[in-house]
Amino acid sequence: MSEPILRLEGIGKAFGPVQVLDDISFSVMPGEVIGILGENGAGKSTLLKIISGIYTPTVGTIYLNGQIFSALDPITARFHGVAMIPQEFNLIPTLRVYENVFLGQEVRRNGFLDHADMRKRTQELLSSLEVNLDPRLPIAQLSVAQKQMVEVARVLVNDARLLILDEPTTVLTDREVAVLFRVVRALVANGVTILFISHKLKEVKDLCDRLLILRDGKQVELCETKALNEEDMARKMVGRELSQIYPDKLPLDVTSAPPALQVRGLSLKGKLTDINLEVRRGEVLGLAGLVGAGRTEIAETIMGLRRKASGEVLIDGQAVDIRSPNEAHAHGLAYLSEDRQGKGLILSFNVMQNITALSLKRYVRGFIQHRAERRRAEHYQQRLAIKASNLAAPVSLLSGGNQQKVYFSKLLDIEPDILILDEPTRGIDISAKQQIYRLIRDLTEQNKAVIVISSELEEVIGMADRVLVIREGRIAVELNGDDINEEQIMLYAAGARQHVNCKRVGDYDGTTS
Amino acid sequence: MAQPLNTKSMGGVARQGLRRLPLNATILAPLVALILLFVVSSIASEYFLNTRNISNVMRQVSYTGIIAIGMTFVIIAGGIDLSVGSMVALVGVIILYIINTISDPIQAVLLGMLAAIAAGGLLGLFNGLLVTRGRIAAFVVTLASMSIFRSLALYFTDAAEVSTRNPLFSNVGGGFFLGIPIPVLVFFGLAILAHLLLFYTPYGRHVCAVGANAQVARYSGIRVERIVLSTFVIAGICVGLSAIMLTSRLNSVSPSDAGYFYELDAIAAVVIGGTALSGGRGTVWGTVIGALILGIINNMLNLTGVSPYLQGLVKGGVILLAVLLQYKRA
Repeated sequence: MSEPILRLEGIGKAFGPVQVLDDISFSVMPGEVIGILGENGAGKSTLLKIISGIYTPTVGTIYLNGQIFSALDPITARFHGVAMIPQEFNLIPTLRVYENVFLGQEVRRNGFLDHADMRKRTQELLSSLEVNLDPRLPIAQLSVAQKQMVEVARVLVNDARLLILDEPTTVLTDREVAVLFRVVRALVANGVTILFISHKLKEVKDLCDRLLILRDGKQVELCETKALNEEDMARKMVGRELSQIYPDKLPLDVTSAPPALQVRGLSLKGKLTDINLEVRRGEVLGLAGLVGAGRTEIAETIMGLRRKASGEVLIDGQAVDIRSPNEAHAHGLAYLSEDRQGKGLILSFNVMQNITALSLKRYVRGFIQHRAERRRAEHYQQRLAIKASNLAAPVSLLSGGNQQKVYFSKLLDIEPDILILDEPTRGIDISAKQQIYRLIRDLTEQNKAVIVISSELEEVIGMADRVLVIREGRIAVELNGDDINEEQIMLYAAGARQHVNCKRVGDYDGTTS
Repeated sequence: MAQPLNTKSMGGVARQGLRRLPLNATILAPLVALILLFVVSSIASEYFLNTRNISNVMRQVSYTGIIAIGMTFVIIAGGIDLSVGSMVALVGVIILYIINTISDPIQAVLLGMLAAIAAGGLLGLFNGLLVTRGRIAAFVVTLASMSIFRSLALYFTDAAEVSTRNPLFSNVGGGFFLGIPIPVLVFFGLAILAHLLLFYTPYGRHVCAVGANAQVARYSGIRVERIVLSTFVIAGICVGLSAIMLTSRLNSVSPSDAGYFYELDAIAAVVIGGTALSGGRGTVWGTVIGALILGIINNMLNLTGVSPYLQGLVKGGVILLAVLLQYKRA
């Protein structure tokens, strides 16, 4: 067996009195894929930052390529082939693909940039990744998955030997994940070592050779992936028994209630064609599909954020004309955006100000009653178990899961009847997810109608009573009952199967073979 | 073991106590600076604490302070207004033209003041519409209108000073009420109103939201463009008030000198007061303190006979220091 490329011994890190990492020891062989698991705040990011040289460990030793370090700095780490693809991409949107790939290490000839050579080499890299992408495209025109491939290409230019992927699949659809995994496996075949961080246990199980599980800054498990099933992983991460992640679905009796929200023949120029959907009180309607299929556009059009080309929206059977989110809120509609930090919360505002952002009028008696705002925020803090030491501190200080709970509170505070939740659990840890699923069920039990848009098939399957699969701006199929499964959804989402008249599947036998 | 634990919890209690106070570090720092400056000034010059001197300083501060309050709203909403100085000159000219054309002195003064506020609001609307409807950066719009307003003021007057013989007008800016100069009263009254507007009304919350993240604000159903537009109108109205005070104090207006560099003083006051130039947060009290700091520095430099050519250097240094401290906190 060859030398390990990276070995950590007794690594610990404290920020002031807070011990965030304690006695972490493991080694990684070239060409190995190690999955790092842990809840938000378990110390994963800190560990990664130590390995990539951003943080200095308080105690412990790092062996990298056989050399001993008590601490790394980013330049040394990069020199030894450590590269990290962060969750938030570091690409410059106004520059082209090849310019980004070679950013900071431009190829020069006679002192001037050699565009032709950089384009050619980028093209070669991308084709080695089996990605079909024009190097001359500006980054702004790429999809998230394509941007990620540009990040990978950029790392390859550096000849990385140890690649850290920090939750790379959060923003990808299952098909794009498959492409990414193929790329990862190709890299591994070339001897590159991968540290893979993800909240999605199934992916970890599929991809990783070994697992490192962290809880509260401590290493609780280091073993072969085969040794654990997904439930064991979750249990070790959380440190307690996880009862069922998804709450029970309601007994299916959806036909009895009248629809709370109906959409008829909705079209949006260049994005959506003839969308028909309805959701009843007490049910969860799932919208599945690939990223870019038009699911978010449906939600934003209903909310009046986009101007529809045709079609109508009915609430409780009444046609309504919604032109702004304000009017939507007045009709009892609320929308949770997939982009929590860009469209959902004002990060510099505190918990209270964010929660009352939609419902502020309720707290005005001449002037804003700040005390009433605080009481309301305390109510939600208790109800949704929001971990925030100080309600007056900016929400940017909270973890992703707690931010998401604040975002939910913001919607709940206008007491909506119909909720459209776009990726309601993106980037949050498993116990927060479980709480949010429970909350969604509570809402339907209170006779509210809920639409869940999700790229995580497991989530759609676990939560939705009915599923609409969206493909290229159209509804591909409606799935019911046992037909709500991964295979069915993927077949329709990817366009491998098309239903004759886009009607319901699952009412009768024979459609699912 | 018990000892460090004890001190830690005591620190925690103290910190919590501080947090409960309405003052946080952003406003505390300028306040401490103001008090220090006040103490130093009263030691440096025996004339500083003279009632007449204090009253004069406060009056001087009011002219730019009133504008700075309007500027606070513009900056919190993520914009900037460079045209306020030129606007003072243009509005000042308009006031005196109106007062000089109306024969009844009382009517003339009242209409002149009304016209000032209306003209300020309209000029602010002009800026705001170009920013929101025209989708031009506030910096560019107001840079252009700074030039336009000054040019109009010069053209209307042929660059000559305009004055009035109205016997009442000078009482507005030069008068006293309860022993306090009227501009000072207007300044503090406006500050209280603006503070209430910013912190106790949904409008103020929306201004902060728009400046912090316009996208989130839009998704929250806030009419972003309307808010941005309104901040420019507020700034314009404040300029109108300031122009009234200034022209009536002098009973005349010089189209080339009036309001010269006021935009810089106003922006400086806002920044020293802890309002982020990137928008999203800020306080009116901070701006008031910022304006007072600038005014006292000017006065102290005058009293102690520092070369007037060096005063800009000191002012610039204070601005840099304030911003440096803000970055340290962030």
